[in-house]
Amino acid sequence: MWKNLPLFPERASALAWQVDGLYFLLLGVSAFFTLLIFALILVFALKYRRSVHPHAVQIEGSLPLELAWTLIPLGICMIFFAWGSLIYFQEARPPKGAMEVYVVGKQWMWKFEHETGQREINQLHVPIGRDVRLVMSSQDVIHDFFVPAFRVKADVLPGRFTELWFRPTKTGTYHLFCSQYCGTDHSRMIGQVIVMEPVAFQAWLSAEGATGTLPENGQQLFQQLGCATCHRFDTQGRGPNLTGVFGKTVLLDDGRTVVADENYVRESILNPGAKIVSGFKPIMPSFQGQVSEESLMALVAYIKSLAQPQPNEPGGNHAPAPEKSNVQ
Amino acid sequence: MATSDIQVAEHALQHHFADMEQQQETSTFGMWMFLVTEIMFFGGLFCAYLVYRASYYQAFVEGSQKMNIWLGATNTAVLICSSLSMALGVRAAQMGKPKLMAVLLLITIVLGCGFLGIKAVEYHEHWVNHEFPGPNFHFETGDPAHPATDPVHTEIYFSLYWAMTGLHALHMVIGVGLVTWIIIAGLGGAYSRAYFTPVENVGLYWHFVDLVWIYLFPLLYLISKKHGG
Amino acid sequence: MATAVQTVERENYLNSDYGIKSWLLTTDHKRIALLYLVSITAMFWIGGFFAMLIRLELLTPAGDLVSSDTYNKLFTMHGIIMVFFFLIPSVPATLGNFLIPLMVGAKDLAFPRVNLLSWYIYMVGAITALTAMVMGGVDTGWTFYTPFSTTYSNTHVMGAAIGIFITGFSSILTGLNFIVTIHRMRAPGMTWRRLPLFCWANYAAALIMVLGTPVVAITLLLVALERAFNIGIFNPQLGGDPLLFQHLFWFYSHPAVYIMILPGMGVINEIVTCFSRKRVFGYEFVALASIAIAVLGFLVWAHHMFVAGISVYAALVFSLLSYLVAIPSAVKVFNWTATLYKGSIRYETPMLYAFGFIGLFTVGGLTGVFLASLGVDVHVHDTYFVVAHFHYVMVGGMVMAYMAGLHFWWPKITGRMYPEAWAKLSALLVFVGFNTTFLPLFIVGYMGLPRRYHAYPPEFQVLNVLSTAGASILAVGYVLPMIYFLWSLRYGEPAPPNPWNAVGLEWMTPSPPPTHNFDETPIVTWEAYDYEHQPQEEVTVGH
Repeated sequence: MWKNLPLFPERASALAWQVDGLYFLLLGVSAFFTLLIFALILVFALKYRRSVHPHAVQIEGSLPLELAWTLIPLGICMIFFAWGSLIYFQEARPPKGAMEVYVVGKQWMWKFEHETGQREINQLHVPIGRDVRLVMSSQDVIHDFFVPAFRVKADVLPGRFTELWFRPTKTGTYHLFCSQYCGTDHSRMIGQVIVMEPVAFQAWLSAEGATGTLPENGQQLFQQLGCATCHRFDTQGRGPNLTGVFGKTVLLDDGRTVVADENYVRESILNPGAKIVSGFKPIMPSFQGQVSEESLMALVAYIKSLAQPQPNEPGGNHAPAPEKSNVQ
Repeated sequence: MATSDIQVAEHALQHHFADMEQQQETSTFGMWMFLVTEIMFFGGLFCAYLVYRASYYQAFVEGSQKMNIWLGATNTAVLICSSLSMALGVRAAQMGKPKLMAVLLLITIVLGCGFLGIKAVEYHEHWVNHEFPGPNFHFETGDPAHPATDPVHTEIYFSLYWAMTGLHALHMVIGVGLVTWIIIAGLGGAYSRAYFTPVENVGLYWHFVDLVWIYLFPLLYLISKKHGG
Repeated sequence: MATAVQTVERENYLNSDYGIKSWLLTTDHKRIALLYLVSITAMFWIGGFFAMLIRLELLTPAGDLVSSDTYNKLFTMHGIIMVFFFLIPSVPATLGNFLIPLMVGAKDLAFPRVNLLSWYIYMVGAITALTAMVMGGVDTGWTFYTPFSTTYSNTHVMGAAIGIFITGFSSILTGLNFIVTIHRMRAPGMTWRRLPLFCWANYAAALIMVLGTPVVAITLLLVALERAFNIGIFNPQLGGDPLLFQHLFWFYSHPAVYIMILPGMGVINEIVTCFSRKRVFGYEFVALASIAIAVLGFLVWAHHMFVAGISVYAALVFSLLSYLVAIPSAVKVFNWTATLYKGSIRYETPMLYAFGFIGLFTVGGLTGVFLASLGVDVHVHDTYFVVAHFHYVMVGGMVMAYMAGLHFWWPKITGRMYPEAWAKLSALLVFVGFNTTFLPLFIVGYMGLPRRYHAYPPEFQVLNVLSTAGASILAVGYVLPMIYFLWSLRYGEPAPPNPWNAVGLEWMTPSPPPTHNFDETPIVTWEAYDYEHQPQEEVTVGH
């Protein structure tokens, strides 16, 4: 489109084509029905105006017509429903092996931390062609992470992790908008997502530098906060052994089962009394107020990295793909 | 029916109704509709309660154990008796006995105030135990062997307790006011065998408020009989 | 040219009693309707003033007209006033109050004193909310999302929330009155099947008022309690759930949009039939569609929350139901269009507004289908696409229907005709201005500009300038009727009982009606919209 008057957003993700396809179908059908109604009104208004058609013909109705214009729109809507749902399902299921970036939204900025430890503010560098999964939470109010060029958004909530994924298909710099009203500088809580060729991305990672990967930072916190005291890596601990726990189903003391996803780990740190693992006592203290969102994410990354036990050490430097990413 | 009964009815007929039957049916229908809106009003709180209780059952059990079951049960009995006296009062109005109606409705008021008094005692108890949500909230189960597992969500339980019983108590106060008005109007000769619809409608309101309590009591007081649920 | 007519005026509801007490203590539904008309018109202009400031700010990408905090207050207050204090009461409290007793053949609503109380409650609520606005404003958005509204906002949230809470009871009581009236006060022979569809539509809206409003009342009360006592029901730091607020809020606020539109649809029925001289095509279907919209409207609220963190399966259910709720509205549009077929059509102002309604409501409703589509909604949620959608249905739809109704029944209400030429001009200005304002916003929205943005990236400027230009045309289109309606009160042509030769009990009384509406209770023996047997004389048109 014209540079000064863009009328359509760029497409820069794998899903963008599908979203636009559905959009154009909706647009086409809507335009058809709108023009149909406009045309009918115009034609009837002229053809049957009082001066040429002084006597109205009383018509009670027509059951076949009513059924037709009820069922046909319903059928068309079901097509929209099916396609829209398919896209939504894809958006809700990040592929395995996605590169993970942790995101903290706060009034009024975005903070990013790559798993390899690089941190960014209001800018997110990602490689082209790679699935990227964002694990997000807010430090204060509800925000929303929105990249129009990727056609995805998700609310970023306080007290809970939410997720969003995309696969960039075009290099470039794209708008990042906060799209849930969050106070004074909501409209300035904007940034950029920068998609780079893989080689350039690697170069950027090296140049950027990091003080430890996220799981490493998490491991440090795990020691500093005293978690290791109870959560030993044998069966002697007063708390469950966390090796391999992430992504598995956990049995609780009241008979319920839950999947140990990011939100389960988060709740276990901040409000352990809410869910007690079967066979253990409710003695874990709460760390509410003692850990920041970033620290929580580091701890989650660390526990994820314990998903596959290593021969000698319980921890690992990388986070393998979780069994089932089910951030509810 | 005596002429005086019918005269009372005619006096009460409003100008836009064709006859007393239409007026009575309309005003009763109106009261039922109003009670439907009240169900939706309390409904929001019940919905919040159900959601949190489902997610944080243990916290709710522990909060509920700090309720005084005896006071709550007494209050339930008090309200049920007040509904009885209310219903009998309506019957007295129907029989054209305004003095009997006044006595029965007075009993209703006394019982209603009794309910509010017991509620005040309970509220005071919870207040001094730091069981009012906010910066001064501090929850302890009172059993050293079983410390509070999830005080954060027990505070939510108490928020809902105060909100739901507080809203109910407000409705009781309004109800007492309405019954007082009926007594005064009744003693002034406003009702007769042919016209006692306001008495019936206030009765409906009173029974509704009673019914809300019948739901509140088990939900707030009787969550789990055993310690540690 | 008409001049002030000096005649001996027949006794009617306007002149039967004089003095401010006779208005402030009236129980006559017609006078109460006028009290509401004055109040909500005032609120419309206040809300419109905020809109004007918003559009002026958005002329430039930078936030340079007002500060960010002020801008946030402007869109919040614009939304609160327009939704709660203008759109929800608009047709029901003015036209509904005035016409429903007349249309069913009754002397008044079922509960006239409750009706007056309802107006006073509205005024107390409105003054409370306006006081909060004057004392510094609210900046949470009309949606009050937590924890921003409960914990982080430093503005007069409680005042605004309490004002809306109070006014909610006005809506509840009005709805209660309508339901009971339509059930119990119909004249002999007025069966359900003979009821004007205006009554069916207001009945359906009243059902929603009665069932939905209490839920938003308790929700806002909880927000106020949370601000006052820090109780944490919606605050995650205290164990609460911000999504619970959203569910409770939208449980009312989605059906609320049907409270707003259904009465407008009711107005359109009356006008399309009258100005085509025909019964409605498919009366039963239109009547049932109103009820279907009311019922289905309660089942779709979480389509506002598709990206909020609800489960995929919940999203699927709500998406499916949201498509279903679109269908009865579509059925109505088709039925109205079919009513025009082989009619005998005149283009007086009410009919022009009705045409505008049908066209613009179609656009607005269809863009709602975009929003029901999960895949597309994820992209356009919380962007200007949504803003454009709801302004199409609310302003292009509802406000046009309201204008149509005001013009149609103005002769009945005031006994005067409005000046037709000026009215047609205003209708045209409204149509052109409205589309110029809001059509570009669909494009801006799909491009990704989020709503509630004080400053925006420069590539969005051209379309925003176009939108503001349209808004100034729209404003003129609204100012003109204010002027000529007031002018007509003194200089308008005196109206006969039935200037449009319409069918309906309200047209069988003088213009304006006597206080008691009918000298004798009518007995209805004809079907609704019995234009077959209605004589077709020349329509009286004001100059």
